[in-house]
Order: sequence, then C-alpha cells, then structure tokens
Amino acid sequence: MGEFKVHRVRFFDYMPSGIRALAFNQDTERMAVARMDGSVEVFHCSDRFFQEKIIPGREQCGIEGLSWVGERLFSAGLNGGITEYDLTNQKVKYTIDAYGGPIWTITGNQQGTHLAVGCEDGTVKLFEVNEDQIQFERNLDRQKSRIISLSWHPSGSKIAAGMMDMIQVFNVETGHSIHRMLADRGAGTSRSKECVVWSVVYLSDGTIITGDSVGMVKLWDDQTGTLIKSHNVTKCDVLALSVSQNEDSLVAGTSEGIVVQFQFVSMVLEKDDKEWVRTRTFRNHTHDIRAVAEITTAVVSGGMDAQLVVRPLLDKIEVRSAASALRKIHFPHRRLVSCARKSGLMLFQYPGHLELWRLGESEGKGTPGSSLFVKRNPEKLLQLKVKGEDHIRCSAVSPCGGWIVYSTASTLRLYRLHCDNNNISITKISKLPKVLSSANQLCFSSDSSHLFSASAQSSVHIASLSQSGCKFVGTLKPKSGSHQAIHLLAASEDGKWLASANSDHEVHIYNLQTQKAHCTVPVYSSAVTAMGIHPATNCLFMMHADQQMFEYSIEQKQYTDWSRTVQRKGLHRFWVERDTPCLNVMFNPQNPSHVILHDMYMLCIIDQSLPLPDDKTQFYNQLTLKSLTEEQRKSQSHAFKVCKTFKDRPLHLYVCGLSEEVCFIKRLQIVPC
Amino acid sequence: MVETSDIRVVRCGGSKVNLTPPIISSDSRFVLCTSGDLVKVYSTRTEEWLHSLQGHTNQVTGITLNPANHLQVYSCSVDGTVKLWDFIDGILIKTFVIGCPLFAIYVSEKHTGVLFLHVSMATDSKNECFQLVSVHLPKSAEQEVEAKEMSAVSSHISKNPSCTAFGRGGEYIAFARHLQLNVYFFRKQKTYSFSLKATDKKGAKNAFTCIACHPTDDCIATGHEDGKIRLWRNFIHKKEYTYSTQHWHHNAVNTLCFTPEGTHLLSGGIESVLVQWQYGADNRKEFLPRLGGSILHISASSDGQLFCTSHSDNKITVIESSFKVCGVIQGLVKGDAVLTDLMIDPRSKALVLNGKPGHLQFYSLLRDKHLYNLDIVQQEYIYEAGLDQFEVVKAAFDIKGSWLATVEERGKKSSDLEFFLKLWAFDERTQSFVLNTTITAAHTDRIISMCFSSSEETTMLVTAAEDSQFKAWCQGADADTQQDQNFWSCDFVGSYHKLNPTNCSFSADSSLLAVSFQEVITIWSPDTWEMLTTLCQPPGVIRDLCFGRLSCSKYLLGTTTKNLLCCWNLLTCELEWSTSVDVSKLQPDPFSENVAAFSYQSKHTDLFVFKPSEPRPLFTNKNVCSEKVHRAVFVPREEPLNSCDESTQWLNRSQLYFLTQNMDLLTFSTATEEDRMLSSSKQLVIDDSVAVTPFYLLLGKHRQQQQKLNTQSHPVSDKPQQTQGSVTIKELLHTPAHVLPAASVLCSMFVNSFLISNTGVQQDPLREEMDSEKEEEDSEEEMEACDSQQELRAQGSVDEVTPKLSKAQERELKRVRKTDFSWMAGLIDSKP
Repeated sequence: MGEFKVHRVRFFDYMPSGIRALAFNQDTERMAVARMDGSVEVFHCSDRFFQEKIIPGREQCGIEGLSWVGERLFSAGLNGGITEYDLTNQKVKYTIDAYGGPIWTITGNQQGTHLAVGCEDGTVKLFEVNEDQIQFERNLDRQKSRIISLSWHPSGSKIAAGMMDMIQVFNVETGHSIHRMLADRGAGTSRSKECVVWSVVYLSDGTIITGDSVGMVKLWDDQTGTLIKSHNVTKCDVLALSVSQNEDSLVAGTSEGIVVQFQFVSMVLEKDDKEWVRTRTFRNHTHDIRAVAEITTAVVSGGMDAQLVVRPLLDKIEVRSAASALRKIHFPHRRLVSCARKSGLMLFQYPGHLELWRLGESEGKGTPGSSLFVKRNPEKLLQLKVKGEDHIRCSAVSPCGGWIVYSTASTLRLYRLHCDNNNISITKISKLPKVLSSANQLCFSSDSSHLFSASAQSSVHIASLSQSGCKFVGTLKPKSGSHQAIHLLAASEDGKWLASANSDHEVHIYNLQTQKAHCTVPVYSSAVTAMGIHPATNCLFMMHADQQMFEYSIEQKQYTDWSRTVQRKGLHRFWVERDTPCLNVMFNPQNPSHVILHDMYMLCIIDQSLPLPDDKTQFYNQLTLKSLTEEQRKSQSHAFKVCKTFKDRPLHLYVCGLSEEVCFIKRLQIVPC
Repeated sequence: MVETSDIRVVRCGGSKVNLTPPIISSDSRFVLCTSGDLVKVYSTRTEEWLHSLQGHTNQVTGITLNPANHLQVYSCSVDGTVKLWDFIDGILIKTFVIGCPLFAIYVSEKHTGVLFLHVSMATDSKNECFQLVSVHLPKSAEQEVEAKEMSAVSSHISKNPSCTAFGRGGEYIAFARHLQLNVYFFRKQKTYSFSLKATDKKGAKNAFTCIACHPTDDCIATGHEDGKIRLWRNFIHKKEYTYSTQHWHHNAVNTLCFTPEGTHLLSGGIESVLVQWQYGADNRKEFLPRLGGSILHISASSDGQLFCTSHSDNKITVIESSFKVCGVIQGLVKGDAVLTDLMIDPRSKALVLNGKPGHLQFYSLLRDKHLYNLDIVQQEYIYEAGLDQFEVVKAAFDIKGSWLATVEERGKKSSDLEFFLKLWAFDERTQSFVLNTTITAAHTDRIISMCFSSSEETTMLVTAAEDSQFKAWCQGADADTQQDQNFWSCDFVGSYHKLNPTNCSFSADSSLLAVSFQEVITIWSPDTWEMLTTLCQPPGVIRDLCFGRLSCSKYLLGTTTKNLLCCWNLLTCELEWSTSVDVSKLQPDPFSENVAAFSYQSKHTDLFVFKPSEPRPLFTNKNVCSEKVHRAVFVPREEPLNSCDESTQWLNRSQLYFLTQNMDLLTFSTATEEDRMLSSSKQLVIDDSVAVTPFYLLLGKHRQQQQKLNTQSHPVSDKPQQTQGSVTIKELLHTPAHVLPAASVLCSMFVNSFLISNTGVQQDPLREEMDSEKEEEDSEEEMEACDSQQELRAQGSVDEVTPKLSKAQERELKRVRKTDFSWMAGLIDSKP
C-alpha cells in the first residue's frame, strides 16, 4: 500500500444543520431537503441518493416548508416570503412577500395550478402558479389562530388546515370553512397547553389524518367532520406525517426520534373493509424528527440530528440490492476542505466563514505504524468571515498557498495571502473581472497561475493570477448539451487540460492551451462524484454514485484498457454495496499505477497493475495478507486495498490531500445540535 | 417371587395441573385441567375440586371443549386415545383409539367431526419430530371406536403446543417452529410461511414461543423469545405481509390469548405479570403483577368474564375480567428439586416438603389439596434467574408434631455459605407453627443431617454437619436467660476422629443415637452422652441409616456407597447380614417392622420391602420407574385396610409414596383399594344447582345425616321427601329479601317441610307430588334443578332402584294433582 505520513486533523468541527422539511417529486424522483440554516439540497432518489444540488442558505432565513410544483421548487419561511429556486443554476430565483406574517406551511395542489400557504395571521393564501412567476389569487376565510399545516384534497377542491386546537376544512371554490374539528388537549397538566396540529394529510377517500402535539394520530371523516379513530403514538409530539402515493401506508415522525408506520390493511382477508393499523416502528434518529416522506420504496426521514435516513420498505422492493439498503446521510457529498499541497495549508469551509490552518510538522522518519514526534503543533492561521447574509457556496486555496478564493450566491472574493514566518497578512484583490461575480465551483491550476471558475450555462471562466492582480483570460463553453451547473472541476498537473462535470452527468474536457472544448466523455447514467486527471498519463479517472469507476484517456479520447477490463469483469460485490459516494480521486506520485480514493468511512488504494478481484475472492484481505509470506502474498493480493480503521478507530474521512508522502486524514465530530 | 399383579404404581395426587391450558366451561362455573392421568373439574367460585374424569391410562396431554356441545370435553393422552366426556356428571361418553401417542388437541367449530392432534413421528424420543394431523371421527354408537381416517396437515410443528392456533372461524391454522411462521388455509389448501432472522444487530432473539389468533379479524399474535409480541396482518401476501411489534416482557413470552370478543390480548411470561393489551391501541396496557410463579398458560371463558392463568408453581389462578384475582387452585408445588425429605406432619397427616421458594408446603394427599404454606425464610423472593437466594434445605418434625426444625441455606455455588437453623413451635391457639429459636451459626459448615429424638418426654434435636461435629440441642438448657426457658440451646457437641459425619438417627425408643462418620457408625447414649460402641463395615461411606421398629428394634440398618446393605444386631454388636444391592433410599415404616429400599440398577429402580429380622423380602417390585428415587415416605392410612394377602399386607397401615427425579409423585395402590375408590367416587356427584357456599355445606351435611336416618327406616320415601325439604330451604334462601312474604307465612311453610318427615310414615307419593307442585308454581327453575338432580342420582347409583312410572300412571298422577287437597294443608296448619 505504500508508506505515508499521517496527519490526524481533528479541528474541522463542521456541524451539519438540522433538517426542517422534505419534499418528494414522484416524476423526477428527486427529494428536496430544507435545512435549519436555510440551505436547500436536492437528492436523486434512484441514483443512490446522491446529493445533486446544493443551494446555500442565508442568515435569518428559516425555511418552514418546501413544495414541488411540477419540476419547480418553492419554499416558504418565517420571514414571510415565498421563494422559488432556479435549480439549473442552483440559486434563488426570486422571493415574494405573502403579506401574512411568518409562513408556517406551503403546499401545492396535485394539478400544479395553485400554491397554498398558511400564515401567522390566520389566513390561508392561494397563489396561482404562472409560467415564470406566482401570483396572489385570494385569501380563504380568515381564522383566529395561525395555520400550522395544510393539505390539499387530491381533487384540489378542498383544503384541510391544522391550527391550534382545531382542524378546519375549506372549500377552495367559495373560500368558506366546511367543517371545524376540535383536537383534544392532553390530560392532566398538559390540559392547559394548546394542542398544536403539526401535520395534516388529506386522503382521496375523504379521510383527514392529523398528527398533533398530544402525541396522537387521528383520523377524521370530512363528510361528517367526526373523529373515526385515534392512535396514541407517543407521549410527546407527532411532528410530521406523510402518505404513500397509493394511500395504503402512512408514516408519522415524532419528537422522540421514532418513525411509526401505519398501513391500510383489510381486517378480514380478501374483504374490502380496510382499516389503518399501526405496524412498524423505525428507530434511526436520536432527536426530533421534523420531516418524513414516504417515497415509492422507502421511508425518508430527517430531523434535528441532521441526518437524512432512508429506510427501505422491503415489501415494496422487487430485488434486494445495494441500491435499496438502509442509508444514513450525515454530511454533504461535496468537498468542504481544500489543501495547499506545497505549503501544508488547509482551508475549511463553514457556512458562514472560512478557516485556514497550517498542519503540524514532525521530525525525521519513523517506522511504519509508529507515531512521530510533533515538532510544531497545527495552528489556525486565519478566520475569514463572509460579508453579507449569503452563505458560502464554494471555496479554494491555491496549491502554492498564496491565494484564497470563495464565492457566495452573489459575490466572489479573491485574497492574496502573504505568509512569512509568523506574520500572516491577506489582501483582497479589489478589481475582479466582471464575469467573476459568482461561481458554482472554483479551482486553481496546479502551478497556481490560473483560477477556474464555473458559472452559469455550464461555462468555465479562466482568470490569470499575478502579483499585480487578476486578469480575465477567456471562457470555456461546451459545444452542446445541457446548461446545468458544474459541480466538479479538475485541472491536469501539466496545466494542459481541464475537466468539468455537471449535474446532468456530463463531463467535458477542455484544452487550456487552445481554450477550446476538446471532447466530451460518454454520458453515464449515474452522477460523477469525484474525478481527477492522472499527472503522468493524463487520463481522467471518474467515480460515479453507483460506485462504478471509469478511466478515460484524454489524448486518445477513449476509455483506457484498464477501464474496459473493469467494466467487463465487474466490480466486487462489497465495493458496489458501499453506501457513501467517493469524494476524492488522487494519485500517488511515487507509483503511477496507484489511484487513491476515499469516501466517508474508508481509504482505498487501487493498484492498476494487480489483478481485479472477482466475487469469490476475499475483498478485505489486508489482515490475511499480513500473515502470508512474500510469495504467497503476490498470488493473493488484488487491486483494491481498503483501509477502514486507523489505529483501531473507525475513520471519518472528509478529505485527503496528498503531496509527496503525506496523506491527510480528517476526523469529523458528528455532534447533533 | 411374590405375586405383584394386584399392586400397581399409580400417579396419585400432587400431579401437575399446569401442563396444559386450563379450560373454563361456557357457563364459567367450572375449570377443567389435566392432572396426571386425570382431568380434574374445579369450581371457579369456591376453588373446590368437584370430581375428576378418570379413564386414561397415561398422562393426559390436552383438553378442549367440544364445539358441538359445550357440556362435553375432549381429552387426549399419551396412551393414544381421545376420550369424550360429559364433564358435569363425569361420564365417559366415547373413546376414540388413535394408536399413537398424542401431545395436543385442537378443535374448531368449522370442522365438525374433525380433531387436530399433535402426534410424534419419531421412533425414539431423542430426535423429536411432531406432526399435526387431522382425524375424522367415525360416527358410531359404540363406546370405543377406532379412528383410522387420518391426514397430515403439516410436519413443521413445534413440540410446544402453544405454537399452534386456529384462526378466525377455523378458516386457517397458524403454527410456528423456531423462526418460521406458517399459516395453512383449509379452503385453498395452501401454506404461507414467513421467517424471521435468528438475530439482528440489536441482539433480538426472534424464535417463536407462542401464537394466538384474533377471533374476528385476520390478525395473528406471536410471542418471541426476547419478549416481543408481533401482530401479523395481511399474511396472504408473500411480500406485502406486515407486522407490528410490541415489547414489554423482558424475557420470553410464554403464552398469548385473545379475549373472546377480540378487544384485548393477554400475555404472560416469566415475570409472573399478566399483561392486558388493548387491541388496536397498542400502547395502552394493564398489568396484574405478583401472581406467583411464571405464567405458563392463559385461557379465557367464552363470555370473557373470567381468565385463568396457570403458573410454573403448579397453580391455577382464576381472574375476573376486572383484573382481580378471585380464586387460586394450588396443586403440589414442585420446584426444580425437593431439597428436604418428604415428611408427614404428625398432626395433620399432611405431606410436608419444599414448596414455594423459601416456604414449606403442607399438602393433604388424601384430599389431594394444598393446605398451606409455612414461610420459613421470611424474605421476599425475587423471580429472576441467576440470583442466589435462601432455600429451605432440611426440615424435621418431632414425633408429636409440636416442634419443627428447619435449615435454610444460601451460597451453594459460591464459597461463602450462609445458613440458619430455625426451630418452630406449634401454637395450639393459632393452629400453626411459630418461630421459636433462630440459631445463626449452629455449625461452622453445612448441616448434613438432622433428627429429633422420638421419646415422648424430652425432645432433643441432633444435627450433624460437615465441620466433623454433631450437636445435640435441647430446650431451655440455657441458664443465662431468665425467661420462660423456652428456647433451644446446644447441649452436647460430639465428634469422632475428626471425621465428617454423614448421617444420624435415633432408635425407636430414643435410647440410642447412631451417628455415622464416613465408614464408621458410632452408637451413643443420649442420656449420658457416652459412646457405647462403633460399628464398621468397610469399604464404603455410610449413606443411609435407620433403626428397626417394634419387634425389630434390635437391628440397625445401613447402606454404603459401595452398594452394600448391612444389618447389625445391636445386642451382639455384630453384623447380622449384609447383601450387595445399590440402595438409593432406605425408608422405614413407622407403624410396622417393614423397611422399604429403593435400588437403582441399569436405568430402572426396583423396590424391596423387607423386615430386618427376615432374610426374605416381603414384597419385590422390579422396574418401579426408570429414574432414580431419592425421596420416599410412608403415609399412614386413615382407616387401615384388612387385606390378608401376603404381598399387600405391608400396605395395610400405611401407604408408600415416592418422588422420582422427574418430580413425579408415585404411589402403590392395591386392587381392593381401587375398587373402593371407584365406588365412592360414583356417589360423590355433587348437586351443582346450588352455589357451594359455607352455609350450603352446613345445610348439606345436615341433609345427608337426615338421608342416612331415612334410608334405615324407609328407603322408598326418602328421596321425594328430601327434595321437598330442600326446595323450601332453597326458596327461603334464594328469594331476595324484599320480595319475601311475611315471616309468619314463611314460618308455617318452613315448619311444614319438617313436619312431613315425621308424619310421612308410608305416605303415598301423590301427597309429596302435591306439595312440590305448589313449589313449582313459584319457582319453576329450581324444580328443574331438582329433577335433574334426581336424574343424576338415577344414573349415578346402580343399586338404587327408582320407581319408573308408565304413561298411564303419569296421566293418573296429573289427574290427582288437579283435585283440591287444600283441606289437607289446613289440617296440617292447625296442628300445634
């Protein structure tokens, strides 16, 4: 596997933010997730829940509800505004004020014509969804208390609204209330507390299901406005409800961190008198569950512990496979750390600020497995707060360590870093070219002379950096294809090639010398999660969300022989069944046949000179190999060398940088709020 | 060899009542449970044993009500027969011979004339393979029918009978084994099976332990080894089946039961807490804790008013639907091991042995009834496996039954042994034993053996312990205490060459004490505490020791570990005889010279009964049972038998009970005895139209006496007269007070009922009929009851001849009834 110096970096205490709302789009199979910090993420459900898009949030922007209307995504929050997102360029499209005070909930009807929002002042406001905007249509009858939850009847003619202590059913045509149903308060001391109807679901057969702060899931009949049945689910609140597409299953998330499933089953077999019966209980969360969604094959839940849990429903799955396993997503599928390889600096990206650290230094060489004496402790050089309310979208530090760049939704800032001995100073480069106003992804060339900035329309702007400042050089545009935002950039070591990957799974390669598009890699069905250009051979190595790997020779414009062999022989079962995507591709300068990959939990070195494992061979064979002699080892070893623990502790890798013989390993603390 | 044909080993008394779920009759008046070879019928209200259904020749393994007739019950047994009983009268209606051992029985209303049985398929007992078969019952008028029409339903059957249950209306049958649940639909003839993983990440143990099906919904409840309860639904789909899980029990769920309406689910396990889950609202549950031993079975009556739980301590608890215990039927408590000897309380003649943990139980073998528990340890027992708690290990009565000595001990496994010697005095006033003395450190090591002296004047206790000492304890020898000198203290400490004593025994007249030290027997005089002599017969450590009785008092018997039975003559101090036999238990009969010796040889136990003075055994029984016998006792009879047969003579004055390693209490019964039992049980048919209240018992006794008197003088008129009297009493007692007529009216009627018996010399039956006619008008019900009672009597007693009326006679009777006889009543009224 080779010898590396290992730095244990334990000072990147990034804390993911809690999940506030979920919205599932059945047609595109996308799951939109709103977090407490106002960011919105889009996951692709059929592509192993890869985090395709991230729209960073803003300060003071609490999102309370998310709703898809067709392929458009809307959110509403306590600041009283309704926001539509531009998913192509991954930014906010516009925000309009609803003039009803804080908005607690937003929901679109199934026809895709209207949006309803529930406001603090007790009004349900209907908005018409137009081609490019939404327009206020009218208010329904104003109520005395705030509207906490809303649900459209699938026909679009009625709306059920959950409020304090009651549920109202409105006729959308007239805007008048049809029924008013009172929710019971809890017994004993909680009798004085109001019962909050946190969530409501309106089924097509006229049943209204509510979840409230008393811990009950109640079923109501909208014809008579009476209670049919109530299930006591928990002692505390039922915060979220979601019903499956065919309305035979319902999930309820509670503040105890459990998800309870109800199923609509016939009490006597082969007869039609069905009832809602509590069946399964899922305990995957440690804290309150704020949002649940039942998608075709799984239950997705998220809450204050910031993890998105995808619990598969085995009765809905045709074939059990790695794609249908239990999945817990803790951290973004993006690199939040960049490192200056030559100067040993690391840049950590937090939502509101950046931190620059210098790694520690050690003396001499030790034997493998021993810990070296630390000559100089790692130190924090810089903390850079973001100007304005927007959160950071992307950031980078140049390989030489002389430049820092970051971008928010509205601005891009470039800094020159002077670092002589203990004096650190930064200067902002004031006059930036106009095209560098905002970037989706940022990258420096390996000699730190150029900055690549991915912007709208899948284009990449090139700016040259010098002591004097920054100068716009040109723009790289793809020949054809979609205009989705670029989420990955990779520059070659010799400064000749640049590869970009966008959300439509397209990978474009540009020749930097001619500043023209060189070629496009054949589009694969799964998203690219990491890529890198080999320094010696100039081959592009790509990792995909379904754990497949490709090596593409840029010069010959075709897949390499090794890549074809991999595709022909297939990957080992254990490799394909891993549930987190690879986040980084690196190469070992000492040994050109080594490709280094890592995801959240493991570090893997692929030796392209060794044979590939098939399903019969032992995949995790490090321990076995240790016990064998030199000759036997040769016959037993295969291309994949996986390391899951370091000094007997599980790895939490977030990024690995590599220069000469140093491999950086980060440990992240997962601290729920 | 002695003829043994008319003496046989029977399971008599103290059998397990908790082997199968008890069933409650549909009118909630009776509880039926299996008990050894019998099915016992108890009253739910009084917990009294009414009668038993006798007829099986081996362990009864299952009972179930006949769905076609709720007054009948099916029982199945290891002897390979299914019997149909009328359980109210205790009459065997039919016997179906199946031919192979049966282990459980299930019936369903939908399948009339079909029984479902568990049969064992394996030839040897080791690899158990059970099958569920359905048996079509042939329609035949004969008493004993062979049922041949068998068809197998499934062979994936657990040996646990509670893992099989019928679903809604008998549409399907659900059964589980290990980790697989199977549901067999009769109409489709299709089995759906669902399996669980053996364990998961959280360490769940998913093996099925019991099953119950909802009576109206398609919902199957299953209990699991780790205490979870799963409710399965939608089980006609291979994939879309679903279940919900509840978890309250911390250990395996032993039993589940739905109430007849299906509104609640009852569950029980080792915690001995009955849990009631509300069906549909799963987290609403009620508890009934502290029921005693762990719950093994639960059953509910058909109206849902009563529940029955049977417990591991051989107990059936009757519980009202309001979760109140209303009755306890206690059998002989048999724990994992009986540490004390079997003893007979000289006062109550009850069998005394370990009962509930930390208690001694008093059990009447004659009435087969648990009398009471004596709390020895007086500490709360915690029902949890693996705890080291105090246990009663030794107990002894003195000859009059006024003193009881007990030893309790803790720390058998660990090194720090802790034990107490306690002496209990019988209190005449409270009629129970009261703690007199507690000796905390009687010896420095474990007490091996303990016996009271048998003399009438002074009571003395001798304990022998592993600290190579024996101590004699006397009452009131301690001069320091100025009190009534009632307490016990040590009188003498003896030892012999630092050898560990193994046993001690007093002679019949208490003039000698024999203490065995390993291979040596020492004889002491208790008066002077002088060692008289030593007896030794190496090799082999002395195991058992006893003196002969009555005419054989001069003999001392001893058994050694080297398979020797020795008999010493104490006058000559010489070995009289010895024989090589491996005696596991030596038991002298206190009322005769006889000594019983159980010997274990090559997987079976033989019994020898002999007199020490005679070389030939009185009685030999080869192969009494297949296990080792360690405990035995002679129980004195209430009235001695007068059998002259040489082989049964030894059973004349007392009866020999013994306990096998499987905790079966067995005894010997003779042919004459069985005959007598059978005839007496026939007459014991109880009038159940009246609640068995204490008041009723008083009156009933009075009535029986009357009956006896009458039978002597005029046997024919006895019956109607008796009926008439009881009707008046019944009316008096059963009519609510506020609707009763004035007392003066009643008084004359009441007196009337007595007067008739005096005047009724050779009275014509018409007169009687007339009187009862009057009663009939206002209490028709009761009259019916009386009629049925008469019928019972007619069926039950063979020798009694009841006059049967022809049709013409009846018509005549009716005519006579209609004529006015009121003048006669007036006559009677006018009498002083």
